[in-house]
Order: sequence, then structure tokens, then C-alpha cells
Amino acid sequence: MTDTIPVRVWRGGDAGAFQTFDVALRDNQTVLDIVTDIQRRQDPTLSYRFACRVGVCGSCAMTVNGVPRWTCRTHVAKVAAEGVLTLEPLRNLPRLKDLAVDMTPFFDKWQKAGGTFEGRKTRDDAVDPVKPGSRARKAADAAIECINCAVCYAACDVVDWDPDYLGPAALNRVWTLVNDRRHARRSDTLDKAAQSGGCGSCHSQGACMRHCPVGLSPTESIAGLKRALLFSLLGGRL
Amino acid sequence: MSERSLIVLQRLTAMVLAPCVIAHVAVIAIAFRDGLTAGEILGRVQDNVGWAAFYALFVIAAAVHAPIGLRSVLVEWGALPRRMVDIVMAAFAVLLLITGLRAVFAVVWGAP
Repeated sequence: MTDTIPVRVWRGGDAGAFQTFDVALRDNQTVLDIVTDIQRRQDPTLSYRFACRVGVCGSCAMTVNGVPRWTCRTHVAKVAAEGVLTLEPLRNLPRLKDLAVDMTPFFDKWQKAGGTFEGRKTRDDAVDPVKPGSRARKAADAAIECINCAVCYAACDVVDWDPDYLGPAALNRVWTLVNDRRHARRSDTLDKAAQSGGCGSCHSQGACMRHCPVGLSPTESIAGLKRALLFSLLGGRL
Repeated sequence: MSERSLIVLQRLTAMVLAPCVIAHVAVIAIAFRDGLTAGEILGRVQDNVGWAAFYALFVIAAAVHAPIGLRSVLVEWGALPRRMVDIVMAAFAVLLLITGLRAVFAVVWGAP
């Protein structure tokens, strides 16, 4: 007989309740495997979101036993030490149905934070070389691999307290742009990073850094933005 | 005042406050080890321009720094709208500045 695990899954939107499913345990099973198993074998109406299943697309994040995680790379054996799995949608985002949230506010804030590259050259100009070993490029490299999964956004208490706060992911993106020597509007980008609800709202609690599935440190990126704002004083931009 | 200015001011004043707090606490610890009386302390600091300058700088830095931080807390945890928080915090900054500088003046040169 196969071992099973009780899985409590949030059903519904804001007004909903947990429904418990018993799911067969398998070797090397991920939390996403569990959710897929429930949908295929027990309840096809279960809503959740995924695409790549290999930790690249950033679409399968959920709250697993109270912690925001990418479910496709989270092994059940590692997170269900108590023998129970509780699955909820991500925190800090509007609940649509079951395990799916509305990501619109998250991506709207990416836009609002001003993370848009603007070049200063045309296609007729020579390519502007970026030295891989330069300090700015190293800073950008450390932050660039974000997969937009919103785990940091769900983990952040400041996002929870202040709905205007842009959040770790959007500001992390801005930090990569500030360190891009090809970017034409660095000062404007810093201005936007400093807007109400911008980098000044971060308390450096580090929840984003702790939970980021790809090991980035938005906390450090935001500290970098604050530092860059201070140094911009030297350029007379206050 | 822009958000950018507030962030920069908070950081600059933090750089002033850190050594001020250390000096303040260190002086208290040293002064009280010998059981100084209030009268003896006043005797040392009265008409001391250096002491007045140090604490005036301390007061100014604190009056700028504290309301900016408290403003974030009120925005996140309070029920007031942002605009109202700004007004209340500006008033708080003025209150800290006036009461703080008045205290420094009174200790060094007597009650105004």
C-alpha cells in the first residue's frame, strides 16, 4: 500500500476554506507534483499556475506551510517534516481562485518603479562594451537573475503594511538598471526609485533575501539604491 | 521636500547621530562613575561653547532624523493619510528642534 500525505489546500478566493486531500507519496516528489496529482486524480476544478516546472518561469509560487516557495523545485520530503502540507496562494496579492493570485499589482509596480532601459545610441553606432569585471557590472550580475516569481513580494512585511511600497523585486530590477552603463536616464531612474513607496520604505528586514528561490538579495540591491542616492549628492542632485 | 531628499537627509543625519550617541553615552558613563551631582555637572558645562555646539548639532540631527523614520512607521502602521502624516511629522520636527535647542541654551547660558 502506498503512503499518503494529507494536503490542506485553500479553495476559493478571499472567502474560502481549506479542503483536505490525501495524496500518494512518491520519490523525489515536488509540491507542484502534489498539486498536479490532486487536479488530475481528485478534483479537476482546482486552480493553480505553472509553466516550465524547472525553476525558470517563476509562475508556480505558493505559500507552502506558511512559507512562500517556488513549488516546482520544492521537495515534499524537505518541507513536510510534520507529515502535513498546507498550501495557500501567495500573500500580498489579490486572491483569484484556489492557489492562483492576480499578479497585476506586482507587475504594475515594476512599471511604476521605472525599470525600463533606455539606450543613448542608435543601431548605427558601435556597440558600447561593458567590462564583465567592472564594479557596476558585478553589482548588476548579482541581481540580474530574477525570475519574477513574487516570492519576495509575498515575504515582505513592508508590502503587507504599505500598499504603495514598490516591493523588493521591482527595486532589485531598478538596481540592475542603475548599474547599466548603457542606460541613458540613470538620474531619472534613481528619482523614481526614491519616490513615495520606493527604496526609502525598505527596513532591511531581509525576508526577500531569505526566501528568494534563486538566492538573490534584493535587500542588498535596495541598500545599493539608497547609497547611490546619497552619492548622487556629490553630483548636486538633491 | 522630495522623497529623495528625505532619504538622503536621514542617512546623513544618521552619520552625525552615531558618533553623537556614542560620545553622549560614554560621557555619561565616565561622569557618573565618580558620582557627580547635578550642580557639579552644570558647573562644568555652563558657558562651555564646545559642549553647546556638540549638543546643538545632536539636537538638529535628531530633529531631522527621527521624524523621517517615524513617518514611515505611521504610514505603515497608522490610519492617517500620507499628507496628514507629513504635516504631523513636520510639526514634530519643529517641536524637537525648539525644545532641544532651548534645553541646550538653558543648560549652558541659563533659562531664557
